[in-house]
Amino acid sequence: MVSRVMVGVMVAAVVVAVLPLILILGSLIVRGASALTLDFFTKLPAPVGQPGGGVRHAIVGTLMIVGTAALAGVPFGIAAGVYCSEFKGSRLATITRFVADVLNGTPSIVVGVFAWTSIVATQKHFSALAGSAALAILMLPMVMRTTEELLNLVPISLREAALALGYSRWRTTLTIVLRTALPGIVTGSLLAVARISGETAPLLFTALGSQYLSYNIDQPMAALPLVVFTYATGPFEEWHQLAWTAALVLIIVVLVLSIIARIVTRQRFGRNV
Amino acid sequence: MDTASGSASNPHASDDPSLAHSAWGDRIFRALLVLAALTAPALLVALLWQLIHGAAPAIDAFGFSFITDSVWNPVAEKFGALPLVFGTLLTSFLALLPAVPLSLGVAIYLTEFAPEIIRSPVAMVIELLAAIPSVVYGLWGIFVLIPILKASVYPFLQAHLGFLPIFQGPIYGPSILSASLILTIMVMPFIMSVAREVLLAVPGAQREAAMALGATRWEAVTTAIVPYARSGIIGAVILGLGRAIGETMAVTMLIGNRNDISASLFAPGYSMAAVIANEFNEAGFGSLHSAALTYVALLLFAVTVLVNGGARLLIWRMNRGSGQ
Repeated sequence: MVSRVMVGVMVAAVVVAVLPLILILGSLIVRGASALTLDFFTKLPAPVGQPGGGVRHAIVGTLMIVGTAALAGVPFGIAAGVYCSEFKGSRLATITRFVADVLNGTPSIVVGVFAWTSIVATQKHFSALAGSAALAILMLPMVMRTTEELLNLVPISLREAALALGYSRWRTTLTIVLRTALPGIVTGSLLAVARISGETAPLLFTALGSQYLSYNIDQPMAALPLVVFTYATGPFEEWHQLAWTAALVLIIVVLVLSIIARIVTRQRFGRNV
Repeated sequence: MDTASGSASNPHASDDPSLAHSAWGDRIFRALLVLAALTAPALLVALLWQLIHGAAPAIDAFGFSFITDSVWNPVAEKFGALPLVFGTLLTSFLALLPAVPLSLGVAIYLTEFAPEIIRSPVAMVIELLAAIPSVVYGLWGIFVLIPILKASVYPFLQAHLGFLPIFQGPIYGPSILSASLILTIMVMPFIMSVAREVLLAVPGAQREAAMALGATRWEAVTTAIVPYARSGIIGAVILGLGRAIGETMAVTMLIGNRNDISASLFAPGYSMAAVIANEFNEAGFGSLHSAALTYVALLLFAVTVLVNGGARLLIWRMNRGSGQ
């Protein structure tokens, strides 16, 4: 009897827990989809008071900022993950693992302050590059831990077979172990990219945002999450519309990347990353 | 690890040049990996140093009274962070009140009771909630959640529980309570997924032993499974607390950004992360204002490191199997 009641309570909890996702996706589609036209991707914001316009500058900005971050975060993350898996027992591996956990729990705004004090304040101007640096720091521990966990799942017999055939250790690691885990590492990195592409806080006072299309990574640059923030908190109805549509685009990118990553890793490794 | 001696003693080493080079290859390979592995610790040290260095003028000027003083006035260069600390702690605590039972209920249901076919899909849906960017929660909070709360939920609370000081006073949309509610939605999937992993790590024998003694499934959960996983579950909750404390965008958009301590949960407040988000890009380089904001970031960092370190320790202890 108690069991039944408690199961009922827990099912209710599941409903309450799943409800926000449905509500949020629902309102994003209802409010954002109507303005999801070609103009949204190809045009710049219209002057205040005029309807229409797009956020091409922010889409370009997000691609550049996140791309630059991934360029630094992914290789370093993978290499650090390989180290922690290949030299499991070493003191450095233990320290790095612990530090990765600490960095993972560090609020992204604190990482933003770090990028500000170390890059923006020394250069005396805001830049997209400082934003990329902050995002790369946020990516590093995610990619690292995923890589390590996936490498640990590679059967030891594969490694032994390669070593027995006379492969040196580094060739075994690169061509056998890493290769076996590669699909998982790629999707894990995608997941990390998905997560950081929605990050707003570290960009507020690094990339700063901009109304103009810019390809100069050393200057302030717009980004989709910044557009959502500024336009949502701004006073104009057209801005709110753009914010909803930008949020819809952002969430489509993030969710599609996350779902692909999860399905692929689950199929290949039978577990979640 | 070191194959230098191995290949030297190999009688065929001289026949095969690639083997002779492999020792060097391994050394270079290892050196590169060590460099990469050092980036994380190096970044942490740099982060800590930069925060302390950047906050130094404010630490010199205000010391520990920074946390007990409640005036925040950039123009007069007077900075006290009490309302910020208060807002951060209060919203995080209020967020966990409903989030903890909800997420633990879901985690227990998914690991112990749910039909096999719905376990993964439900877990995946809830984890997708964790993937939604914070700024999107903020947007949804401003335009959907707050209007609903302001129109029906808050007046209802005030009508029926208005005798409590926390539900008195004028009803604002953006407020401590609104920020707490969005935080609940945001930390819940996070606690759920960590708690679920912890519960999955409980050995099956634990459940089987309880049920063999005649326990129902629910009794098995309360007497054998949850006690075994206790420290891991507490760890999951503390990790959720760490998330709530550091959460920035959604809170900034919903808390009302007023530097004030009020008894009413309907009143606007402020949080440590929100003040950094709002004011940092206006603070001049090298100003006391930016130093004070860096000081806030340093405090935030210290708190989250303590909270997360404690949580990891608890989870690690449980996975080691001590269970107590």
